[in-house]
Amino acid sequence: MATKTEFKNPVVRWVDDRLPVFTYLDHEYNQFPMPRNLNYWWNFGALASVVLILMILTGIMLAMQYTPHVDYAFESVERIMRDVNYGWLLRYLHMNGASMFFIVVYIHMFRGLYYGSYHAPRELLWMLGVVIVLLMMATAFMGYVLPWGQMSFWGATVITNLFSAIPWVGDVIVTWLWGGFSVDNPTLNRFYALHYLLPFVIFAVVALHVIAVHITGSNNPKGIDVQVPRDTVTFHPYFTAKDSVGLVAFLLFFSAVVFFAPNVFGEPDNYIKANPLQTPPHIVPEWYFLPFYAILRAVPDNFIGGWVTGWMGVTFVSAKLAGVIAMFGSIAVLFLLPWLDRSKVRSARYRPVHNAFFWVFLVDCFVLGWVGANPAEGMFIWIGRVATAWYFVHFLIIIPLVSMIETPRPVPASISEPVLKEKA
Amino acid sequence: MADEIQTSDTSDEESSRRDFLYLATLAGGAGLGLAFMWPIIDSMNPAADVLALSSVEVDLSPIEEGQSITVRWRGKPVFIRRRTAEEIEQARAVSLADLPDPQADADRVQRPEWLIMVGVCTHLGCIPLGQKTGDPKGEFGGWFCPCHGSHYDTSGRIRKGPAPANLAVPQHTFLDDNIVRIG
Repeated sequence: MATKTEFKNPVVRWVDDRLPVFTYLDHEYNQFPMPRNLNYWWNFGALASVVLILMILTGIMLAMQYTPHVDYAFESVERIMRDVNYGWLLRYLHMNGASMFFIVVYIHMFRGLYYGSYHAPRELLWMLGVVIVLLMMATAFMGYVLPWGQMSFWGATVITNLFSAIPWVGDVIVTWLWGGFSVDNPTLNRFYALHYLLPFVIFAVVALHVIAVHITGSNNPKGIDVQVPRDTVTFHPYFTAKDSVGLVAFLLFFSAVVFFAPNVFGEPDNYIKANPLQTPPHIVPEWYFLPFYAILRAVPDNFIGGWVTGWMGVTFVSAKLAGVIAMFGSIAVLFLLPWLDRSKVRSARYRPVHNAFFWVFLVDCFVLGWVGANPAEGMFIWIGRVATAWYFVHFLIIIPLVSMIETPRPVPASISEPVLKEKA
Repeated sequence: MADEIQTSDTSDEESSRRDFLYLATLAGGAGLGLAFMWPIIDSMNPAADVLALSSVEVDLSPIEEGQSITVRWRGKPVFIRRRTAEEIEQARAVSLADLPDPQADADRVQRPEWLIMVGVCTHLGCIPLGQKTGDPKGEFGGWFCPCHGSHYDTSGRIRKGPAPANLAVPQHTFLDDNIVRIG
């Protein structure tokens, strides 16, 4: 790491002697040692950074055409679609780019969960990732409000109203968030300002995330540490090539959506201009929020509220607040994961019980998404409650318990050992 | 680290093949990247609704001889002056040799009575004075730019001062005796 790279080009050398950017790039992206057994699930970090840059680029271009005012916002988006040169392309890339970002990041997270990438020494790396997801959620939510369609408006109303659940000061906070007494022009303006700001904050946290992964090195499917140089290959050309293959496949998928089904992830109601006097019959968030939406609605009345009321004599935790706590808790629990899982073995490949529960958990997340997409009535109420309960049971009980009582299968001595054995 | 793999049996022929593949991939990637840049750049060009407003029709009937009006076209002022016989005479009498930007009056008007031009000084974009009756009209009885002292004559041609060219004549068509379309 500390050694300087010698460059032939005199201009590059001159710059590098004064500001070693080329040495840095050479070390971190050319010679950087990567575990040689990474599979394609390791593509998604690079894909996420490509999507982030694409979102910032298309977002800046859209911002040049968009008007953040309740009277003009909807029309200005329609103008982008109809009149601005390639406006339809920029908007469809940006709109579907948000979905792509979540697809890529969710896969990236489940990859981390499966192969135990959150274990020591990568706890901070994992936690920075959770911070990125939180920032992405805030950014995506505020971006969805900007077109000022019916879903924009009512989504903003419902989500900001969550904060009214906070005891005593809830209403004051909601008024403060709105800058008025309902979601209106001041709300739209501040959401626009923050929607422009947050991606740059994300960019900065991504930089920390990348620095952190370059300190510890990438985890790998076996979940064991790199021990000898033979366990690694250089980043270039091995992973630049592998990432490129993944990138092309991803761009094919992305293009297919943008050019052939650009509204597949969207809600038709959002092409109706916001009407503060009429709520659409069935409000659903964007697909990437559905599991969290299901958790929010799952907590029954008087679940915590009942006994806390009796105990304290005041309603301290209402059903609404309990739902909000559960929803934020579902993210917060991810911060604790590195300490909840006490296994010495990282990868689920060598942890049969943990592995089985991983797949149950994955299904649980899809069930939550399915429940979130449906109205909270009939069987969905109970399915939602069970799936929500399982979500927390998985993290708070199953993971710690399994990590303590499970006997993992033997782990190979090194990354290169099984390969060399096969050869011999 | 992986030197054995990277360099193992690389004959000259193979390395030139690899160089070709490497350069072709790089060129392909760069080409696609540049192609993607075009929609990004083009989105900043005037949009369809902006282009749709790029012509205006003006009713000339209320303008008396010796009067001027200013209309907005593409966000810029357009001077429309119904010239007097005297002004037309003045404009025609000038020898082309005396002009910094030689152009006959006949080449600047479709109907001698109506002088139509973009009211933006060709020096640095200020709006010359001379549309209103009380305005200074410069030494040549046309327009005078207060920013840096350019004088235009009764045909809107530059006569004195730093401006390099005559006031521009926009494309225009007389739809009938009283209506002109600019743009």
